[in-house]
Amino acid sequence: MLRTKEGARVIGEMAANCKPQVVACYPITPTTHLTEELNKYYTDGKIPEYITVEAEFSAISALIGASAAGSRTFTTTGGQGLLYMHEPLFSAAGMRLPIVMLVGNRAVSSPLNIWNDEQDSISQRDTGWIQIYCKNNQEAVDTIPQAFYVAEKILLPVMVCVDGHYLTHAVEQVDVADESVVAKFLPEYKYPLKLDPQNPVSLGVYANPTHYQIFRQDLVSDMEAAKELLIEAGKKWGELTGREYGLIREYKTKDAKRIIVGLGSVMDNVITVVDELRAQGEKVGALHLRVYRPFPHEELRKALAGKQIGVIDRDISIGGSAPVYVEVSEALSGTKGTKVSSFYGGLGGRGIKRNHIKEMFEKLKKGPVKEWIAKEAPKAAMSG
Amino acid sequence: MSKQSEMHLYAPGHSGCPGCGPSNALIQVCDTLGKDIIIVQATGCMEITSSQYPQTAWRVPYIHSLFQNAPAVASGVAAALKAQGNDHTKVVVIAGDGATYDIGFGALSGMLERGDNILYVCYDNQLYANTGVQKSSATPYGAATTTTTVGKVHKGKETERKPIVEIIAAHGVQYVASASIAYYADLQMKLKKAKAVKGPSFVVIDAPCCLGAGFDGAITMKVSKLSVQSRLWYLYEIENGQYKMNFNPANPKPVKEVLEMQKRFKHLDEAQLEHIQQYANLTYEELVRKCALAQKPPAPQIAPSTSQQPSVPAQPASPQAPAAAPTAPAPKPQ
Repeated sequence: MLRTKEGARVIGEMAANCKPQVVACYPITPTTHLTEELNKYYTDGKIPEYITVEAEFSAISALIGASAAGSRTFTTTGGQGLLYMHEPLFSAAGMRLPIVMLVGNRAVSSPLNIWNDEQDSISQRDTGWIQIYCKNNQEAVDTIPQAFYVAEKILLPVMVCVDGHYLTHAVEQVDVADESVVAKFLPEYKYPLKLDPQNPVSLGVYANPTHYQIFRQDLVSDMEAAKELLIEAGKKWGELTGREYGLIREYKTKDAKRIIVGLGSVMDNVITVVDELRAQGEKVGALHLRVYRPFPHEELRKALAGKQIGVIDRDISIGGSAPVYVEVSEALSGTKGTKVSSFYGGLGGRGIKRNHIKEMFEKLKKGPVKEWIAKEAPKAAMSG
Repeated sequence: MSKQSEMHLYAPGHSGCPGCGPSNALIQVCDTLGKDIIIVQATGCMEITSSQYPQTAWRVPYIHSLFQNAPAVASGVAAALKAQGNDHTKVVVIAGDGATYDIGFGALSGMLERGDNILYVCYDNQLYANTGVQKSSATPYGAATTTTTVGKVHKGKETERKPIVEIIAAHGVQYVASASIAYYADLQMKLKKAKAVKGPSFVVIDAPCCLGAGFDGAITMKVSKLSVQSRLWYLYEIENGQYKMNFNPANPKPVKEVLEMQKRFKHLDEAQLEHIQQYANLTYEELVRKCALAQKPPAPQIAPSTSQQPSVPAQPASPQAPAAAPTAPAPKPQ
């Protein structure tokens, strides 16, 4: 069904089509409209339970309870809200609960800023959640059912990340698969160890040094195993809708000498620049890193070895190198002739424009650099 | 394993201290509430001692996530049950005073406001036992803990306990009660009432920590009983906003007697003792006044319990409820 709606609202429609039984939300910019949209589906009876929690900490905690009690669950947050969830995010993953959450990526305090970058979700990368970054709202809408599919098969929670404002507030035409399509794709949720007085189990127990690491090892190996399921889900979705997905998406990379890699909405801009530069005869390409956790080392190596690579990070590691850059570099280490550059910035809503991307491609000609994107503040910013 | 212990839904073999008040509370809570419950527990001594992988003491479904989120997890469980059309299984939170009065307080307040169908049980040992006896906001005035130590300038905790029962009741909760592990019939009655509420209900149980308060585990029940008889803990209910005392310590024992049994109060000087005695008398007068306002018939007597007692290996003496005073004394003129 073609829709021309705001990103947050069209994502809400798809989330409802996936028939979550319990939703728990706390409002925060930039995903408030999704919070509101989900409530409408509750009010109209399509979503059975909607918990108006008193904080994000409780939003995710409530879903830990609901998921363990055997219900499909969904929530949304971003920025400070996601940081506030930090501790229960570990708990949800450690308890192997297939919660799905839409993250509207937002900068983090201080200073306070409601605009977009990806510092919030990148800083949650080690919590044990699958992380998928969408570059437009069509991808976001298509990814929600895939997220449930993977989460419920491997028993890991999934964050579907979309750039706040750039996508959550963008109005564009999107094809939303209706309930019958989703029903063909997504089996009914059955948690194997649900809380049930007929068959008592103890969940979330205490483990001493003898056992603790066994649980963490399982988590790591199952996260790795999730790659196959993510590919399977992307293919199946493609068969149903004509839009197939994988761990990465390559754009004109095969014969490219210089390639820019990144997450999220900036990659549609990169693709536009690739087309412009290709028209001038330059051999450039783009690689959208769709799945960040589990990290697709193999796929990146296959696509990028031997080329001049620039990695865009809209997140930083203060006192260290930019996180996505570090991992792309690790994936490519030992490959012959590969040079990896790090471009970081675009923080707190500072736009990464086409001229910035052209500059990056230009810099890749010379060799590896590590530098800020758009470091100089606009002149107006420094006066009065 | 004896036949009797096999009956307990909170199984023997947990690693609680001999004479642990909270462990006893859990036996009483589970046995009273029965099998059709789901336990949601906050981090604490009772979590560590009950669920060390690969063993568990819980013969009922059980979930623990974090220290401060048990009320929210419970809201989620309750919502899932509702979505699945289950209208009989009761969701029961079990949390200590640290999780209830302090770190999980915001989540608890939210749960109460939403009116979720959850029975919240707080076992109150008046301190952070799991981390090694630190002060919580349930720690009473004067008590020494490892963060309210006794030195040249400061001598134990310098403020009173948070009035948790009143705070919970102020949310408009239908049933709120204060009980003690030493008064089984009273506790059982309160848990049953609380379970029957369709919505949130709250029972706080005095459950002394022998290790943390510093007394022999053989006298745990005695300490709890004497606290009630000394006006340091009350057995009362607030039902639909109406106060009712279930045991009226009209002729109290001096607070000194029970305080002297506990190492945490050994340092008290005369002024501090007097302060505690005065405060006990004030809280009693306040409670009497609130009960009188309720203009209800006198509280029914609690008969000495003849029903089945929980087996408490470290506490052979069976707790016996003293007779309640037939009527509350008249309120003092303002």
